[in-house]
Amino acid sequence: MAGIPHDHYKPKTGMQKWFHERLPIASLVYDTLTFPTPKNLNWMWIWGIVLTFCLALQIITGIILVMHYTPHVDLAFDSVEHIMRDVNGGWAFRYLHANGASLFFIAVYAHIFRGLFYGSYKAPREITWILGMLIYLMMMATGFLGYVLPWGQMSFWGATVITGLFGAIPGVGSILQEWLLGGPAVDNATLNRFFSLHYLLPFVIVGLVALHIWAFHTTGNNNPTGVEVRRKSKAEAQKDTVPFWPYYVMKDLFALVMIMIVFMAIVGFMPNYLGHPDNYIPANPLATPAHIVPEWYYLPFYAILRAITFDVLFLDAKFLGVLAMFGSIAVMALAPWTDTSPVRSGRYRPTFKIAFWILGFDFMLLMWCGAQPAEGLVPLVSLIGAIYWFAYFLIILPVLGWTEKTLPVPETIEADFDAHYPPKSSTVK
Amino acid sequence: MKKLLLSAILAFGIVTTANAEVGETHIEDFDFSFEGPFGKFDQYQLQRGLQVYTEVCSACHGLRQVAFRTLGDEGGPHLDYETVKAYAASNFEVYDAEKDEDRPAIPSDKFPESGLENAPDLSLMAKARAGFHGPNGLGINQIVKGMGGPEYIASVLTGYTGKEKEQAGTTFYENTAFPGGWIAMSPPLSDELVEYADGHNNDMYHIAEDVSAFLMWTAEPKMMARQRLGLISVVMLMVLGVLLYFSNKKLWRDIKRKS
Amino acid sequence: MSEDKGNRRDFLYVATAGTGAVIGGAAVWPMINQMNPSADVQALSSIEVDVSDVEPGTQITVKWLGKPVFIRRRTSEEIKAARDVALEDLPDVDARNANASPVIGETETYAKDSNRSLDETGEWLVMMGVCTHLGCVPLGDAGDFGGWFCPCHGSHYDTAGRIRKGPAPENLPVPVAAFVDANTIKLG
Repeated sequence: MAGIPHDHYKPKTGMQKWFHERLPIASLVYDTLTFPTPKNLNWMWIWGIVLTFCLALQIITGIILVMHYTPHVDLAFDSVEHIMRDVNGGWAFRYLHANGASLFFIAVYAHIFRGLFYGSYKAPREITWILGMLIYLMMMATGFLGYVLPWGQMSFWGATVITGLFGAIPGVGSILQEWLLGGPAVDNATLNRFFSLHYLLPFVIVGLVALHIWAFHTTGNNNPTGVEVRRKSKAEAQKDTVPFWPYYVMKDLFALVMIMIVFMAIVGFMPNYLGHPDNYIPANPLATPAHIVPEWYYLPFYAILRAITFDVLFLDAKFLGVLAMFGSIAVMALAPWTDTSPVRSGRYRPTFKIAFWILGFDFMLLMWCGAQPAEGLVPLVSLIGAIYWFAYFLIILPVLGWTEKTLPVPETIEADFDAHYPPKSSTVK
Repeated sequence: MKKLLLSAILAFGIVTTANAEVGETHIEDFDFSFEGPFGKFDQYQLQRGLQVYTEVCSACHGLRQVAFRTLGDEGGPHLDYETVKAYAASNFEVYDAEKDEDRPAIPSDKFPESGLENAPDLSLMAKARAGFHGPNGLGINQIVKGMGGPEYIASVLTGYTGKEKEQAGTTFYENTAFPGGWIAMSPPLSDELVEYADGHNNDMYHIAEDVSAFLMWTAEPKMMARQRLGLISVVMLMVLGVLLYFSNKKLWRDIKRKS
Repeated sequence: MSEDKGNRRDFLYVATAGTGAVIGGAAVWPMINQMNPSADVQALSSIEVDVSDVEPGTQITVKWLGKPVFIRRRTSEEIKAARDVALEDLPDVDARNANASPVIGETETYAKDSNRSLDETGEWLVMMGVCTHLGCVPLGDAGDFGGWFCPCHGSHYDTAGRIRKGPAPENLPVPVAAFVDANTIKLG
């Protein structure tokens, strides 16, 4: 598919020409910022900027925290308290970093579910989607590694439990687990390598984000109608789009500030709300907390992990749980190929809408299950939730594509936009 | 689909009731001065709490994260430097690694660690415990009432019923706030246990309240600065938000109402 | 678009950008300030040293601001030796004493012994134990002048810590110090 026709950077002065011939960076910035963006994007298209902001926030506050943190089992916990008590503004940076992770995940889930609803994963945006899934996986890994660093009780036992997942792999499990930990149990070697990787992975994410943006700037943004921007001529394309700068920069900044108000209120008034009290107790390898819970953003997948409580053939429940957990993310990555519907946007798919909202509810239900002790009906509810999760991607998406009767889709983005915001001439007359 | 939803809701309800049966502890919602967005630590309450810690808790429990000098910090107990110096020197000895001997503590030292092996350090206790939970794992109570760390401490201190039992050579005391209902710590407080110089009420309830407030301060000494940051940034961002709202509206006007 | 309308629009945008810049700027300062010395480090900028156990003719070395400080209780012979030195024999005639404010044209800051010692009698000498040549720690009770000797490049200091021979350019500096009571010296 050809790109959307638009104006490109043209060096004007001699100096600009000289520079442009050697390093066309001004051209890159100009073309990225003035990229023609569908003018009918709704408020669910703000999360990309929020995520970019989160990445910057986490890297900046993270680099600051590293200046005062000590990755050693005897000193890590105290060095975090040193940050909280003695470093100038250290408490603020730590709370921003800890709660920034939560904001990051709220934004990424909103971003993913936006993509699922409006069919943003469908051709020709499969690569964008896959890159997004990779970014999400990297975020999960980074968040997990970072949670170990304060070396509290939850840090230690979370690390023990999660690395134990790798130990469940038949045959190589115990070797793999020992290799990951650098010893028979979570200890100083583990803390040091987790620290190293926690510092490295965000920069890998930066690279993946650049590719992610490059990919959707090649295909063009999706939009609430799922209809492509007309691209036969520049004049036609301009009827469907506005340049990203200044229109969406302004809109996204407004949205970001609204989100920041809530975020700063949480940092200022209830910074420990999303954390776990047990992590203010130094790690103790001899005493497990009564109830180990991962951070809230892992809970749905943690619930799927615990949902499998039975062996199947020669595979034991533990390994099946691990497979189910990673599988639940893998099936999301397959959505571009399992969704057979010719209509991209969920807006014009009445039955799909129901299935989608059940998926959203399923996600929240699994999140709740993940936070509960695995007693009573929790494993059963988790299992039902997990089955729906897989069924949505592997059965419902393909079957709906073949059977569903969809609503009429607007001809163009312009037509959809004008229906929402009627042009002056038509309203006056 | 509907069946699934129904069964999920049903399951939800059953799990909820099953869950409620487990924790039968009672945490009283004390009314602390530092609660709410405009709350402040009461300097005199913190000083009384320090006195309770010194005279009662410090026999077994340490405060290893807390430096004596911070007792002089504004927003905390706010003692003057000479008082801090005299307090540290007359109450505590610390090990000096350079001299390889114990010496009287000085303001730049930290409080000692717990003297008793099974007595946890109290520096972070008010953040390491949550008094309020749920309901049903939804976390709404923590939004409304706060995490409840200091409330938990005060409730444990006042929650003894007077019953005792022996188990494996250890005496346990029944406590309405402690998870499991039986705690190894003997009742530490009683009415008029400490004598306050400022004549403040020294019944057990008030002593517990004072020392809990003090332990909230030791756990989160920067709470006042933190709440100030929250307030200032929320106000500033609201101003920016209003400006951005109108800028955005103006910017898009010609696009949305094209002639 | 009319002129008036354009101005109003510009004003809104400028106000928005200005507010954004102020908030951004306010966020930058803490990022710089966090690298300044933390509260625990600042608390060590002034220490009190108990000198009740220091006998005449001995010295103690304490660590202050990451560097050694010599605190010597001198014997009357050492004081006399230091006070008998003529100013012409001193390579560095400045007292290098942080407690004495230099006044131009007055002899107050000259490196005579009474300008170097902490007390009137000259019994107490407090100075940084860092050779002014290249930063080694000089040895006590050593060297040609009965004071300190730097083993790195052979600088000799006398009993008042003044450079007398060798490559070091300056006398050993006297830090801010004072007696808070008869047995305690406060550094910084």
